[in-house]
Amino acid sequence: MKEQLEKIKEEALRQIESSEALERLNEIRVAYLGKKGELTSVLKGMKNVAPEDRPKVGQMVNEARELIETRLEETRQALAKKAREAQMKAEVIDVTLPARKANVGHRHPNTIALEELERIFVGMGYEVVEGPEIEYDEYNFTKLNIPEGHPAKDEQDTFYINKDIVLRTQTSPVQARTMEKGKLPIRMISPGRVFRSDEVDATHSPSFHQVEGLVIDKNITFADLKGTLAEFARELFGEDTKVKFRPHHFPFTEPSAEMDVSCFKCGGKGCRFCKGTGWIEILGCGMVHPHVFEMCGIDPEIYTGFAFGVGLERIALLKYEIDDMRLLYENDIRFLKQF
Amino acid sequence: MNTALSWIKAYVPDLDVTPQEYTDAMTLSGTKVEGYQCLDKNLEKIVVGQIDKIERHPDADKLIICQVNIGSQSIQIVTGAPNVKEGDKVPVVLDGGKVAGGHDGGPLPEDGIKIKKGRLRGVESNGMMCSIEELGSSRDMYPLAPESGIYILPEDTPVGADAIEVLGLHDTVFEYEITSNRVDCYSVVGIAREAAATFNKPFYPPVVAPTGNGEDIRDYLKVSVEDTQLCPRYCARMVKNIKLAPSPEWMQRRLAASGIRPINNLVDITNYVMEEYGQPMHAFDYDQLAGHEIVVKRAKDGDVFQTLDGQERKLDHNVLMINDGEKEVGIAGIMGGENSKITDDVKTMVFEAACFDGVNIRLSAKKIGLRTDASGKFEKGLDPNNAQAAIDRACQLVEELGAGEVVGGIIDIYPEKRTEKRIPFDADKVNSLLGTHISREDMVEYFGRLELKVDEQTGEVIAPTFRQDLERPADIAEEVARFFGYDNIPTTLPSGEATTGGLPYKLRVEETARNIAEFCGFSESMTYSFESPRVFDRLQMQEDCRLRRAIEIFNPLGEDFSIMRTTPLHGMLGSLSTNYNRRNKNVRLYELANIYLPETLPLEKLPDERMQFVLGAYGEVDFFDMKGVIEEFFDKTGMSKKPHYDPRSGKPWLHPGRQANVVYEGTVIGYLGEVHPDVADSYKIGEKTYVAVLDMPALIPYTTYDRRYEGLARYPAVTRDISMVVPKTVMVGQIEDMIVQRGGKILESCQLFDIYEGAQIVAGYKSVAYSITFRAKDRTLEDKEVNAVMEKILHGLRGMGIELRA
Repeated sequence: MKEQLEKIKEEALRQIESSEALERLNEIRVAYLGKKGELTSVLKGMKNVAPEDRPKVGQMVNEARELIETRLEETRQALAKKAREAQMKAEVIDVTLPARKANVGHRHPNTIALEELERIFVGMGYEVVEGPEIEYDEYNFTKLNIPEGHPAKDEQDTFYINKDIVLRTQTSPVQARTMEKGKLPIRMISPGRVFRSDEVDATHSPSFHQVEGLVIDKNITFADLKGTLAEFARELFGEDTKVKFRPHHFPFTEPSAEMDVSCFKCGGKGCRFCKGTGWIEILGCGMVHPHVFEMCGIDPEIYTGFAFGVGLERIALLKYEIDDMRLLYENDIRFLKQF
Repeated sequence: MNTALSWIKAYVPDLDVTPQEYTDAMTLSGTKVEGYQCLDKNLEKIVVGQIDKIERHPDADKLIICQVNIGSQSIQIVTGAPNVKEGDKVPVVLDGGKVAGGHDGGPLPEDGIKIKKGRLRGVESNGMMCSIEELGSSRDMYPLAPESGIYILPEDTPVGADAIEVLGLHDTVFEYEITSNRVDCYSVVGIAREAAATFNKPFYPPVVAPTGNGEDIRDYLKVSVEDTQLCPRYCARMVKNIKLAPSPEWMQRRLAASGIRPINNLVDITNYVMEEYGQPMHAFDYDQLAGHEIVVKRAKDGDVFQTLDGQERKLDHNVLMINDGEKEVGIAGIMGGENSKITDDVKTMVFEAACFDGVNIRLSAKKIGLRTDASGKFEKGLDPNNAQAAIDRACQLVEELGAGEVVGGIIDIYPEKRTEKRIPFDADKVNSLLGTHISREDMVEYFGRLELKVDEQTGEVIAPTFRQDLERPADIAEEVARFFGYDNIPTTLPSGEATTGGLPYKLRVEETARNIAEFCGFSESMTYSFESPRVFDRLQMQEDCRLRRAIEIFNPLGEDFSIMRTTPLHGMLGSLSTNYNRRNKNVRLYELANIYLPETLPLEKLPDERMQFVLGAYGEVDFFDMKGVIEEFFDKTGMSKKPHYDPRSGKPWLHPGRQANVVYEGTVIGYLGEVHPDVADSYKIGEKTYVAVLDMPALIPYTTYDRRYEGLARYPAVTRDISMVVPKTVMVGQIEDMIVQRGGKILESCQLFDIYEGAQIVAGYKSVAYSITFRAKDRTLEDKEVNAVMEKILHGLRGMGIELRA
C-alpha cells in the first residue's frame, strides 16, 4: 500500500514537473485528485486496510495529496508567469509609429497675444471693457482732446461713414465712455479692432487691434505709470526686461511718453532685430490730459490718471518674429498651425 | 527733419559729444533722433595733393600718370580721370586708406572700399585721386564738383592738409522725429535751443543786424490783408538790383545736408531761413505785381489758378490767396503762381514772411491736393512773432552774400500781437503728478534753459510765444519731467483702493467658443470688417435680402473695402479659398467676427454690432460634423435644452437640401449647411464646403456657467429597441420629438442606431431604428409601466405614418 502510494506520488510529481501548459496541470489534477483520480481510489481502497493501519495510511494519503497540490500550485504560478512573459514578448509594438491625434485647432496669434495681455492686466485688477467699432466722431476725437481741425485727425487717416460717425481709429473712445459713466476709481483695458486708412503692406493694415489701458484714482502719478508698465513688460517679455521712457506727444495725455523695452532677442546688446539699438519701441502712454477729464466730467483737481495704448499686431509680430503683417489676415492654415 | 551737427554747433559752440551720446540724450529729452549719418564714415588717409606733372601712360590711351605732391613727399598715381591738369589740388587717398563709395555714385558699401597701391597696366600707382561720389557725397552738396572726374579743390587749399576737413565732411547729419506739438523744433534754431538745454550749454541764436538802404519799402509797395483771421500777420521786405549767383559753399552744404538742393543765392536764402527759423518764405517778382500791390483775401468759388509747377488748381472761397492789384498771384502758404514766379531776369523782388491759420492751410492743401514743405509747416500753426525775425534774417543774408540791395523798412500787418502765455506753476503739484521730489530751484533752472521765465510775484511761468504747446500746469510738469529725466522718475505701483479685474460675460462665452472650435479641429482666422458690395451677388443673396443694406464707408481704400460686412461668410469663404488655392488639405477655420447692421440708412445712430461665431471647412467634413461642433458648444455653455434644426432656412448661398436654421427654445440663433456649389465655384473651392454661423447676441441669454450635480443613477435602466419603416418625408428629428413628447419623465435618452434606404425597403420609405432608454430616479421600473409609455410613443409614431418592423 505504501509502495503503491509512493509510486503514485512520484508519478504525479514527475508529470507535474514535465508539464508545459496550464491545461495539462488541470488534467493531472483530475487524474490524481479528481473523484475518479488515482489518489482518490487509494482512499476508496481503505476498506481493505487493517483498521489499526488506517490512520497511518490516511495520513500518508493526505501528505501525498498536499504535496501534489502544492506542486500543482507552484507549477501553475510558474507557468502563468511564463505565459504572461510570452504574451508581453508577442505584444511588443513599434513605439515610433505615428501618433493618432485629435487634430486640435489653433488660436490666431493675435488672440494669443491678447489673452496674454488680458491675463497680465486682469491679474493687476483691471477690468476688460469693450465698445463699439463704429463710433461717434465725438468719442473718437473730441472727447479725447482732438478738436475739429486738429492735425491728429488727419494723421490718423480716419475712415468716415459720415461727418458724425467714423470707424474708430483707437480704442480710447471706450475709455471716454467709461469715464463718462462716472464710476471711480477706474482700472480698465479696452481691447479691440481699430481702423486707419493705410494701404495694405508688410507693416500696415487698414484694420488692426489695440489694447488701451486707463487708471484713474486720487494720487495716481507718473511714477505709477512707469512702475505699472515696467511690470507689464517683465510679465510679457521676461523677468530681465528693462524699460526706457522717452518724452513724446499725444493729444490725450500730458506728460506723454513712448516706452521702449530692452531687445528680448539680444538682451539689449544690439542686433538686427532691434536695428542695433538694443531697444524696441512698444507703446505710447502718459498722464491723462486734464482737458480730457473735464470733457468726460471728472474733476482734474481731485483725480489724476494714466493711460497707455499698445498695438496687438505689433506685439504678435515681435513675439513670434512674423515678418509680414499680411500673414495675419490671410489665414493660411500652414501659418495658423505654428501657434 | 534732417540737419547737420555743424549747423547746430553754430549756435551751441560748446557742444562736444559723440553722435551716439547726442542721439541718446536728445531722444531722452524729447527731441527724438531717428538716426544719423557720419559724413566721414569710411574716409581714411585722404589728404590734399597737388598734381605736379602729368604724363601719358605708355600702354593705355585712357590712362595718365600723375606725380602728386602730398606735402611730405611726392607720389605717383595712375588715373583714368579726364578732368585733371597740372597744378590742380585734389583729394588723394593714400595706400591703406579708404573711400566711401565707387565713382558711379551708387549705394555706399557698408565697410567702404579699401585702397591699396598696385600697378595699372604695368605702371606703379600709390594711391587714388577722389571724385565727390567716392567721398560718399554728391554734386547736390558740392555743385562745384565736375559731372564726372576728380573733385578739384580751391587753389588756396594747403597741400598735405586733411582733405576731409577741408571739404567739411567731418560732420554728422541727424534725422529727427519732431512731434506735432513742437512746431518750434521744425527749425535748426529750435533744435539747437533744445540741444543747449539738454546738455546745459550756452545757446547763441543768430544775431540779426539791421539792414536796408535809405529808401522806404512803402514808397514801392502797398499791402493789405482782408482776412486777418486767416492771416494774422503779413511781413514784406524788398530787394532790388538783384545779382543771381550760386550761394556760398557753406550755405549749399548745410542745405544739401538737410536734403534741399541748392539752386541760386536767392532761392537758397529763402530755403535756408525756412530751415533755420522754421518760417516759410515766398519771393515775388516785383515787376510782375500789377499795381505794385499785394492783397491777401479769399478766392472766389470756381476760381482756377495755375501754380508755379504748371498745374491748374480749382479753388473755392475757403482758400486764402495772395493777389496783386488785378489778379491772384499765389495760394497763401501753399505755392506761388506761375504768373509771378522769380525768373533769371528778376531785378527787384518782394520777400513775404507771413503767418497763416494752420487749420485753414491744412484743409486747403488737402482740398487742392497739394502739400508742400511750406504748407506742412504752416498747418502746424506758426508763431507770428517769428515772421519778422525770419524776414530780417533773410535780408541780412542777402546783404552778406551780395545778392542784391535791400530796400529799407518793412511792411508789417499784424493787428493782434500774440503775447506770452502765463501758466500757473506750483512745484508741489508738479511733484505730486510726477511722483517725484524735485526742488523748486531745480525746476526753475530747467525753465531758464528753455527761455521760460518765472514771475515770482504771481507764481506763474511765462512761456514765450514760440512755445504754443505750453498751456496748462500739466504741460509745465512735462518740461520738468523732460529735464529731470524720465529715467530718474521712480517706479511705483498705484496705491489706493483695490479693484477686482475681470472679463465681461460676453468674452467668457467667446472664449468657450474658441476652445470648442479648436477642440473640434478648427483654427482661428481673422478677416477685415469691410468688403466689396459685390459680395452679395457672389453669395446669390436675394435682391430684397435685408443683409444687402450695408453701411458704406465715405472714403474707403477702394470698392473692395467699401462696405461694412453684414455677414461673416465672405471672409470665411475667402480664407477657405486662399487655402484651397494653396493646396492645403482638410481645412477647418472659425472666426469670431462682428457684423454691422444699420437701423436706418443713411446711418443716423450707431449700428447694431453683432458678434458672429462662424465655422467653415472643406475636406473630411460633413454637415453632421458641423452640427457636432455646435452642440459641443451648447453643452459647454450650459445650453442643455434640445436644439432644433429647421430645414426651411431659405439661404440661397447654401445647398437647398442641406441647410437648416438652428432653433433654440423657439428662437433662431444661427444656421448651418453645405455651401451651394455655385457659390463654392465662385470662390474657386473645388470640394464640398460647409459653414455654420451662430449669432452670439441671440444665444448668449440662453448660456450659463452654473451647474448642479444631479446624482448618479441608482436604479437600473430599461432599454427598448424599435425598428420602424418611415415615410421618407418624415425627418428623424420629428420621430425624436415624438419620443421625447410621449416619453414623459422616465425617458432618459433615445439613440438612433440604424438608418437604411434601399433594396429591402419599399420605395418612398426608409428603415429607422432607435434604442430608447427609461429610468426612474427613485425606483426600479416595472415592465408594465415601461410598456404603457412605449405604447403611447408607438401610437404617436403610427399617427405619423410610421410602421413598426417585424
